Amino acid sequence: MALEEQGVPTIAVHTDVFARLARSVARVNGMPTTRQAFVPQPVVGRSPAQLREYIEGADPVNGRPFMQEVLEGLTRPLDAEDLNGVSFERSTPRLLEPDSEQNLHRLFVESSWTDFLPIVLPTEERVERMLTGTSRSPDEVVGRLRPTAYREFWEFTVEKVAVNAVMAGARPEYLPVILAALASGITARSSSTTSFAPLGIVNGPIRNEIGMSSGIGAMGPYNHANATIGRAFGLASQNLQGGSVPGETYMGSQGNGLSYSAVFAENEEQSPWEPLHVQHGRSPDESTITVFFGGWYQIFGNGPRDTWEERFRHSLQACDPFMGPIVAIDPLVAQGFVERGFAEKQRLIERLAELSTLRADVYWDNIWMQTLIRPFALAGVEPFATQLAAAPDDLVQAFEPKEISVVVVGGATQPTWKLLGGPFSAKTPSSGARMMSVDEWR
Amino acid sequence: MERSGATRSSAGRHVSVLDPRGYPPKVVGKPLAPRLEHLEGKNVYLVDCLFDNSDAFVDQLQDWFREHLPAVKTPVIRPKQSWVDDPDMRAAIARDGDAAVLAVGL
Repeated sequence: MALEEQGVPTIAVHTDVFARLARSVARVNGMPTTRQAFVPQPVVGRSPAQLREYIEGADPVNGRPFMQEVLEGLTRPLDAEDLNGVSFERSTPRLLEPDSEQNLHRLFVESSWTDFLPIVLPTEERVERMLTGTSRSPDEVVGRLRPTAYREFWEFTVEKVAVNAVMAGARPEYLPVILAALASGITARSSSTTSFAPLGIVNGPIRNEIGMSSGIGAMGPYNHANATIGRAFGLASQNLQGGSVPGETYMGSQGNGLSYSAVFAENEEQSPWEPLHVQHGRSPDESTITVFFGGWYQIFGNGPRDTWEERFRHSLQACDPFMGPIVAIDPLVAQGFVERGFAEKQRLIERLAELSTLRADVYWDNIWMQTLIRPFALAGVEPFATQLAAAPDDLVQAFEPKEISVVVVGGATQPTWKLLGGPFSAKTPSSGARMMSVDEWR
Repeated sequence: MERSGATRSSAGRHVSVLDPRGYPPKVVGKPLAPRLEHLEGKNVYLVDCLFDNSDAFVDQLQDWFREHLPAVKTPVIRPKQSWVDDPDMRAAIARDGDAAVLAVGL
């Protein structure tokens, strides 16, 4: 659409499953009649001959010959709607029309404002009580969110966050953590086809002040603060950004159970190493939440046993090479690594990075490596350029140490660990984690 | 009761609640660019959006033009990154091109 504004007649080609989304994006950009043509999904993995069939076939959305759509899209004379576009205001009221609780619950579900689990209705009294959890003004702008890079940003205030925190069942003392998570600018309801479910890891005194769990079951539904902070982050994300509706503002192909709630505390008390926030330059008495854009893969193991390096090598090879993992380890695992000589966390991270080798052809045979990283490689950006030049059988290191985080979480009932997608520093700048001060939102 | 937003009506106890949505930006209408009368002799940029396998699609699209409309010039151009606006690329298209086909993203 930017090209149209520069006076260049343009037509955009999409795959058919994105038709509703593409039209919605065109409308909210003021150009609802933007010329679009569609081919069948997928394009990825199709041979040149199959792609040629798409081109010579029919547009699956409207049934007309695809190339006729393309040619007419560039030459068909404009009508009044094309020349004017569409302008409109989309105000959202502070208060909804009063109604019975039953009808309001139905309204929230039918408007896609919930996660389809029961919510607490955000009455003025409840929202006012929630706002006692922060010293910030209710009308202060917290930030902006959008489901994906090609949609428009929506803005939101402290009060709007409090509304969603009430809906999630959170308590006022959790509000600073929720505000900090949302101020990160990372949505918990990304529309990415990859089905991200961003994770939040909380460090510092706030963990114990509000009763978060970093022990037994910390990553599951066994603690009120963990569960409702994570849920509030998700509900607020979908509502404050203008929706998370399949086919329009959500395109995650499979979805992700972690989207219900994925916030937990680090077990700093039982960790032999500095906690995550101190590792990244914060004071131990500062409270933070680090929001990781990831969460779409999980790999499990236990140990470290005698063959731990081989086990981790296989597990790291199984990670998506586009994004490094959070290595979430039980205190027993952390102690085991100390006993194997890793007195410093950074040494373990560096060893894990060294173990993340895989064949160059496997490394590059990946949708995101091809789509997002290969252009950097072709532009000469290292280490990608060297990795792209490698022979197919050559081993390349999938992750640099800065892409791997190690956090201690768990109740020491078994020496277990998980790898979860989510790099602290990502291969692309926009995909990295953000560490946010909770104290600033108290 | 007012403070809690609860009222009574003939339909029973009514509750007043806050809207959970954020604030969307105002939508401002924009016109499409004037269309071409024909493509004969025109420079139609084929923009490879860098999505996985979009280069193969664009190659086929270029072949189609060469076979069916050889008088249309169809240079291929690529942005610096996928899904990131490239003003330099847009400027090149605006300067040297007559039209553009973006292919194929999502």
